[in-house]
Amino acid sequence: MTTVLRLDGIDRSFGDRQVLKNVSFDVVAGRMTGFVGGNGAGKTTTMRIILGVLAADAGRVTWGAQPLNRSIRGRFGYMPEERGLYPKMSVREQVVYLGRLHGMSAEGARRATDTLLERIGLGERGDDLLETLSLGNQQRAQIAAALVHDPEVLVLDEPFSGLDPLAVDTILAVLRERAAAGAPVLFSSHQLDVVERLCDDLVIIADGAIRAAGSREQLRASSATRRFELVVDTDAGWLRDHPGVSLVDLDGARAVFDLAADTDEQPVLHAALARGPVRAFRPVTPSLAEIFREVTQ
Amino acid sequence: MNTFEATRLVAAREIRVKLRDRTFLISTLFFLLIAAAATILPPMLSGGPSTVAVTEAAAGPLRQAGLEVRVVADDAAAEQAVRDGDADAAVVAGPVVLAMNDAPNDVVSALSSAPPVRLLNPDAVEPVVAFLVPFAFAFIFFITSQTFGVQIAQSIIEEKQTRIVEILVAAVPVRALLAGKMLAGTLLALGQIGLVALVAVAGMAFGDSNQLLSLLGPAIGWFVPFFLLGFVLIASMWAAAGALVNRLEDIGGVSMPVQLAVMLPFFAVIFLNDNAGAMRVLSYLPFSSPTAMPLRLFNGDAAVWELFASLALLLVAAVGFLLAGSRVYEGSLLRTNGRTSIRTAWRERETLS
Repeated sequence: MTTVLRLDGIDRSFGDRQVLKNVSFDVVAGRMTGFVGGNGAGKTTTMRIILGVLAADAGRVTWGAQPLNRSIRGRFGYMPEERGLYPKMSVREQVVYLGRLHGMSAEGARRATDTLLERIGLGERGDDLLETLSLGNQQRAQIAAALVHDPEVLVLDEPFSGLDPLAVDTILAVLRERAAAGAPVLFSSHQLDVVERLCDDLVIIADGAIRAAGSREQLRASSATRRFELVVDTDAGWLRDHPGVSLVDLDGARAVFDLAADTDEQPVLHAALARGPVRAFRPVTPSLAEIFREVTQ
Repeated sequence: MNTFEATRLVAAREIRVKLRDRTFLISTLFFLLIAAAATILPPMLSGGPSTVAVTEAAAGPLRQAGLEVRVVADDAAAEQAVRDGDADAAVVAGPVVLAMNDAPNDVVSALSSAPPVRLLNPDAVEPVVAFLVPFAFAFIFFITSQTFGVQIAQSIIEEKQTRIVEILVAAVPVRALLAGKMLAGTLLALGQIGLVALVAVAGMAFGDSNQLLSLLGPAIGWFVPFFLLGFVLIASMWAAAGALVNRLEDIGGVSMPVQLAVMLPFFAVIFLNDNAGAMRVLSYLPFSSPTAMPLRLFNGDAAVWELFASLALLLVAAVGFLLAGSRVYEGSLLRTNGRTSIRTAWRERETLS
């Protein structure tokens, strides 16, 4: 059985404003889970609760069926949304320090830091003060700070914001490695195209409530509105009168249409072939952006 | 990671960073120079025995008195030596003592027979010293608790401002963070005044002020526990003040009460140190007792039970302020939007699991 980081019925209010309403979802070991939502939807609050930085009003978080406590959370890696390390300490020194705060030995922390900095392309800059690094390199240092103690679970709040494409690839490779090694990786983002490219599973939150959760394929399948694209040689306007078809877009020989639930797509294809050659006939899978728009509306 | 281990790590980082801070190193060096100068220079400036120009015939009693004798040919040459500044004084026929503008007491007493003197209170403190010592104690407590208290507040604000606090809080207990900072501040403060005290003691020994040293010894010894607890008291207030704001620029707004709590007792001890009644009160008030009580001991006004009683009061106050300070710290540490009021921090403490 795979180990799961499970959120179960989390509520949280600030004053009389409820920001999380019965939030429940799983982050499965070995998979990258994208956590998507608009600004103020509750992503950061949820992550802070997972890390114990904030307390939940109700509900619980478990890792492998055990409720979280400080010693379990000590084996988590966390990258908060608001970035910051000590500006006047060298990168190496503070990454070692954070490793030690997570219970590593001095020697172990030093070794892990050297390897990690090398891996993410900061080996040369390790002894520079953080404040002298470029913004992108500070971001890399931040990732190093979250990974130094080889965490069992990774929770990253907007890990890719502010990174150049090269850095995104480096960081992504490191995260994939961790996931492949069996760690659940939960990361939030509002860049849907990035999430679409990276994640295995997806959790969508809006107004403090989970709107959809599951694997990317599942979500696509379940939210697919049975939409098809047809390309023929002549005008495809006849589709308008075909039973069960509602046209979404018609551009001469190319048409996009939705099928009613009780209508099969094969008769439509036959009808098209009867009128001439068919150049393309395929189901249209919704993009993440479309799914997101759909479930959050 | 247990709290104790985390506290140690946090304190070690604070100390390491501070020991690389040039301002801190320079100010420490400055204090050491002052301590050395204050103890070594006065005896040196007061000078050794006078130089006396005299003919060989009259030199005997002056040599016996340990004065530096400069033998000259005749009285005219002796007078000339004084005028030229080659000698402090001259003894010519008469005998008459010649000097430029200040009667040389050691020469005069070498030539006269003094009645025996019996001192009734040989340990009494010279007025100048009696004025300087309270000032030094109050000044050391004032400067040190101010410097290191502000440093604790700054370090707290830095972690809030850079948001690293979120990573820290996720990794270690909040009270370990605070405890580490307090521990580091206390060790650095103690280290600094310890060094200053060492230099001062060495300076007094070097400058032949051993009598003063034996008088000051007990006061300095008692000053240490008073200083420690007094420091915890002040530092707790600084910690709370630091946790309430998010930017270094805003610290002025919350530090006023803390500044007053340090400054008022400082001036009270300085200005009232010859008022026995006032000093008795000050020596029991937690904010002024760290300086006032060792002073009363130095002046011979305090019984031993009074020291313990005052220390106990200070301990209770320090523990109380430490608990209150850490509650405010925990309550406002993660509030990174604008300034937090003490009331909010106190009541709506985040229940960190």
